[in-house]
Amino acid sequence: MPLIDYANPNRFQKVAAWLIPLSGAAAVILIALGLLMGFRAPPDYQQGEMVKVMYIHVPFAWLSLAAYTLMAVSALGTIVWRHPLADVSGKAAAQMGAVFCFLCLVTGSLWGRPTWGTYWDWDPRLTSVLVLFLLYLGVLALWRAFDDPNRAGRAAAILALVGFINVPIVKFSVDWWNSIHQRSSITLGKSAIDPAMLYPLLISAVGFFALFLALYLAAMRNELLRRRARTLRILRSAEAEG
Amino acid sequence: MSTLSAIVLRDLKVALRAGGGAGIGVIFFLTLVTIVPFAVGPDMPLLTRIGPAILWIGALLASLLGLDRIFAADHEDGSLDQLLLSAAPLELIAAAKGLAHWLATGLPLVIVTPLLGLMLGVEPKSLFAVALTLFVGTPGVTFLGLVAAALSAALPRGGLLAAVLVLPMSIPLLIFGVVSTHVAIADGSLGAPFRFLIAISLFFLVLGPVAAAAALRHVRE
Repeated sequence: MPLIDYANPNRFQKVAAWLIPLSGAAAVILIALGLLMGFRAPPDYQQGEMVKVMYIHVPFAWLSLAAYTLMAVSALGTIVWRHPLADVSGKAAAQMGAVFCFLCLVTGSLWGRPTWGTYWDWDPRLTSVLVLFLLYLGVLALWRAFDDPNRAGRAAAILALVGFINVPIVKFSVDWWNSIHQRSSITLGKSAIDPAMLYPLLISAVGFFALFLALYLAAMRNELLRRRARTLRILRSAEAEG
Repeated sequence: MSTLSAIVLRDLKVALRAGGGAGIGVIFFLTLVTIVPFAVGPDMPLLTRIGPAILWIGALLASLLGLDRIFAADHEDGSLDQLLLSAAPLELIAAAKGLAHWLATGLPLVIVTPLLGLMLGVEPKSLFAVALTLFVGTPGVTFLGLVAAALSAALPRGGLLAAVLVLPMSIPLLIFGVVSTHVAIADGSLGAPFRFLIAISLFFLVLGPVAAAAALRHVRE
């Protein structure tokens, strides 16, 4: 079914009305299952029980990257195809991406304290996630700076695309930056992950992707309602003026 | 071409005359480098070690000053509409405005860098190389800032927003700028990091005007 069919906000609302509860329920079941399996999985031989953080931290990290890609694709939809829902999608992706990026940083920090001995380290990977978080905040700040949602959407789309082109350069220079300074003392073994840990992780990740989908669609629905309320408010004040 | 030189000349005149604020960036740069020893102590070996970082952060912040005015001032007095109507491609107009802004605010920073380098304990033989890294890096910052300037052109308080949008994306310039400055100070030569700096700066020189023109076209009422 072509995406343009959902250009009509009412049709989108109809789909969202059943897809949000469905993906929400899937998220609850899969996250519960994944975390349960994760808790029954054997502890790590080095980290002990602290490795359990992985079952939420890694999905958050994947989601914060996936949301940025979704935001960039939405930006293309706004600029190139002028799809009416694309900027709504871009805003929702930016909001959810910022949330999951923040959660990724927080859980990573809490995981780092007992295992690495520090809440924060200027490791390339941590630093590039932090920069990604700053880019999300920039997009959200730009959204808030305009009072007209249509212009805000186009501005944020251009920023998201420029950011998307820049992200590989930023990532590569941050990696380079660390290697010319002192090497990070923290290197977890690159050994392949055991199936006993991999399956809970994957199930939990699918669950969090379902959660992301539910929250993202709900954010889009809220944004559409917010815009409708804004239009009604403008119409009413225009009527009051006569 | 005459349209472009006219834009560059006009913007330079506006920047250099009273109320243009072209010199403030240099004064800000000088002030910033002056207050650092108060914060970290007048420890010359330490200042020499962090000197490149001070110079680059100072230049980066000074380049952000007045960035939001590149298009905002033209938006307010209506000349932006004239520029949009003109036959010249908007990308080249944006590039010309970026060039004029860099000549008025970026180039003076490069010129005073050797002086500030002396104050931070840089060896005299390395001063030219240090200034050269800023000469290559600051146009990248300005042209990256061109995008933020175009995005915030119609906003009443775009200044801080432009800075927030530009700084995370200028990290590559900062990294390679500081590294090539360190290399320049160590042996007065320009190595591989300097070539990366040139590459990234050139990339922004292309990306900036294209994205800024797109922003000017799309974000207008």
